[in-house]
Amino acid sequence: MKPKFGVVVFPGSNCDHDAYFVIKKILGHEVTFLWHKENNLDDVNVIILPGGFSYGDYLRTGAIARFSPIMNSVIDFANKGGIVIGICNGFQILLEAGLLPGVMLRNISLQFVCKDVYLSTENTSTLFTSEIPSEKKAIKIPIAHGEGNYFATEDVLKELEDNNQIVFKYSDSNGVVSDEVNPNGSLLNIAGIINKKGNVLGMMPHPERACDSVLGKTDGQFIFKSIINYLTN
Amino acid sequence: MFKAKVIIKRRPSILDPQGKAVEKGAQHLGLTNIRNTRIGKYIEFDVLSDNREEAEKEVNDYCNKLLANPIMEDYEFTLEEVK
Repeated sequence: MKPKFGVVVFPGSNCDHDAYFVIKKILGHEVTFLWHKENNLDDVNVIILPGGFSYGDYLRTGAIARFSPIMNSVIDFANKGGIVIGICNGFQILLEAGLLPGVMLRNISLQFVCKDVYLSTENTSTLFTSEIPSEKKAIKIPIAHGEGNYFATEDVLKELEDNNQIVFKYSDSNGVVSDEVNPNGSLLNIAGIINKKGNVLGMMPHPERACDSVLGKTDGQFIFKSIINYLTN
Repeated sequence: MFKAKVIIKRRPSILDPQGKAVEKGAQHLGLTNIRNTRIGKYIEFDVLSDNREEAEKEVNDYCNKLLANPIMEDYEFTLEEVK
């Protein structure tokens, strides 16, 4: 199948064009924008919920975006097994929509943190991570958020661990996970999780900002290439 | 019509970094007796209904589905009849 990506645009999205650019210009695949007031998904087979500050982050991050018309279609699409990746604010929207468990709290430092971080890939057998080379101990991807402090109850954390749903953890460049390299206070250093079925990924780091060699880092490509390979093979 | 006044509180088990930071300000002010500062939200709105039960149901729906996130927040509200 030839993949066709859709990037949802909410009022306040600001990483939508980066995601579009990466899919179209760097990876050479079909991509279209999906406006939040529409409910037509335009026959896409991958949906990207991009980063930004949808609806001004009013009330709680992602809380209002979750009720926009397009999200009803996205929830349907995901429940039928469609591939969805939520990045940063997109991850927060997935949590509010109940497509992934847990919530995001304010960073423990109260600071907006914008920097490159290393991620250890905890599950390489997902459709989002299969192209990450096994010899890579950690991938380098930037974060930029004020509320990325992942919280869930103990039961939920245990379930995430038991089902291998924790995909990325904040680590050092050797893939060692510790409190020292936790940028926001997330429980278990969680940076990204998938749903039980494995078709919905939420991650705080921005892979679309680490795809163009001009910017000095390309590890983000592994994630998009994994999706593309999954759909083409 | 009713006037609804909703208070949303972070669950006691959930850390409140914002409350902690604000409390540091209290210490800097020399207010040495202040402890356990926690920050919540106050929201008020009108409910266009003359039936209290119906109004309560609608406020509960609003709180559960949108205003509060039950994973980390609890809410309480009052409904005052406005003539």
